[in-house]
Amino acid sequence: MTATAAVGQESEGPVREREHGAAAARWACAVLAPALLLALTASVCLGSSQVPLGEVWSAVARGVSGGDPVPGTQDLIVWQLRVPRALLAAVVGAGLGLVGTAVQALVRNPLADPYLLGISSGASLGAVAAIVLGAGAGGLLGLGLSSAAFAGALASFALVWAMARRGGGFSPLRLVLAGVGIGQFLSGFTHYLVLQAGDDQQTHGVLFWLMGSLGGAQWSGLALPAAAVLLGLAALLARARALNALLMGDETAASLGVEVTRLRRELFVVTSVLTGVLVSVSGAIGFVGLMVPHACRMVVGGDHRRLLPVAALFGAVLLVVVDLVARTALPDQELPVGVVTALIGAPTLLYLLDQRLEKA
Amino acid sequence: MRIAIEDLDVALSGRTVVSGVGLVAEDGEIAGLVGPNGSGKSTVLRTVYRHLRPHAGRVLLGGADIRSLTAVQSARQVAALPQERGSDFELSVREIVAMGRTPYKRAFAGEDRTDTERVTAALAQVGMAGAGRRRFSALSGGERQRVLLARALAQDPKVLVLDEPTNHLDVRHQVELLTLLRAQRRTTLLALHDLNAAASVCDRLHVLHDGSVVASGTPREVLTPELLAEVFGVRAAVVEHPLTGDPLIAFDHRAPAGV
Repeated sequence: MTATAAVGQESEGPVREREHGAAAARWACAVLAPALLLALTASVCLGSSQVPLGEVWSAVARGVSGGDPVPGTQDLIVWQLRVPRALLAAVVGAGLGLVGTAVQALVRNPLADPYLLGISSGASLGAVAAIVLGAGAGGLLGLGLSSAAFAGALASFALVWAMARRGGGFSPLRLVLAGVGIGQFLSGFTHYLVLQAGDDQQTHGVLFWLMGSLGGAQWSGLALPAAAVLLGLAALLARARALNALLMGDETAASLGVEVTRLRRELFVVTSVLTGVLVSVSGAIGFVGLMVPHACRMVVGGDHRRLLPVAALFGAVLLVVVDLVARTALPDQELPVGVVTALIGAPTLLYLLDQRLEKA
Repeated sequence: MRIAIEDLDVALSGRTVVSGVGLVAEDGEIAGLVGPNGSGKSTVLRTVYRHLRPHAGRVLLGGADIRSLTAVQSARQVAALPQERGSDFELSVREIVAMGRTPYKRAFAGEDRTDTERVTAALAQVGMAGAGRRRFSALSGGERQRVLLARALAQDPKVLVLDEPTNHLDVRHQVELLTLLRAQRRTTLLALHDLNAAASVCDRLHVLHDGSVVASGTPREVLTPELLAEVFGVRAAVVEHPLTGDPLIAFDHRAPAGV
């Protein structure tokens, strides 16, 4: 640490300076990419039954080539359960990291998270309504759990949009007030529905969903969130400089040629749709969207051109690991992912912040 | 480049805050906007850097109405230092200054040689050449303002717009910043509270009062005891600065005008 710092000091010139943040970002990617592969592998090997690495690879190879599972092996568990689940964790983690980063810039508040703008409350209401009111209500509208959640997300998006656009439009304060207000309003309904739940089984299902779970992962449900995350990454990266400018304030951003209201509107749409998709496949997994941007900023700095990809990658690694812990920490019982993100994430964040304060 | 404002009206939430304002900064001039709190200085400047849209009137850059330019086109000609202070998102000094290149960059484009040179030059101009890696939020107030000025310079503008850039700075840092500004020899619109500073750095002053321009001219022409009493409500004598020969306003801090 001291050695590298000294080298940096010596060669500090204009070019080296520019390279500094970029070098940190390259370094972060060089660590995180293999870490993701490692985490995915571990997540597929470990669980209620251990699968040796060799069997995992052969099962994956057979799955990729479209071959049938070999009877008497764990092919089915690996290819139909663990691989899609690990991949979903990576996709959702990447998405939460991205949305968290973007929302923090959008409302210019480092304490913002993907759920601040009320989208997840709508999704939760939709999902809980589907669970509690059961196949009757869901079947009536022809909606599955995810679809009901996404419909709820869209409904709350529309409400927050209508509130936030008034009076000049989409100022950070308006967005936060509209998001928090409507989020609380919808949560009221959700809590009411939870109390109406018919039996313990239902209540358990609802709670599990509310705290976030990757248990529903299937191959068929991967393409949509993966596409949403990739498109979201592209849309946000295209606006990375404008996001930087936004951090300095609306007036500065305007003076740099950024059309601030339009940018906020676009960011609100992109982050809401992405949040809606993520929450509808996994529930509202907390803390990842708050912690990942902070941790990444400490390493690669605040420039969104570097921060966004690194946050996506780190979010992916983190959620794969957290899901692995959630599945394996207790024998015979799976913890909701959200519980583990809070238990691991909060102390980690506090530790990082504390380190930072000491250095400053 | 000459900048002129003609018959500018601005209303905020239905209330007219600026009406019929006309003022000018000739090419290479520093034109000061002075006036009491709430007189409309910031509002006028905000229409120049396009944070606010005027309800009537024009802002002319050279000969062109800035509304005929896109936001990006006008950001290549006008750079601003607004009063806002930004937030701490772990940005380094160099990253802040590099933001000045925003209007020149397409989506996904990286930093090219020109960008690097402009950013480095801007940092050097404000005397912060070695500070590129420092965290912006760890800087002192004076250093921050210099970095923000560097950001505006990296924008390579024809016109600089500064809203109270010396606020919250001690007197030495005020002098440093204003000296830097004068050394630029760029067309500048500058709102200032400190009338003595305005008198010594501005080539031309426009005095705003209740949203209108009530006097324009050289500092010597404009800053009279009568105007200071009328507009600012203070008793003052205007004498000659013993060192520079500029007008020097000696305020009577014991009683307002007319008492």
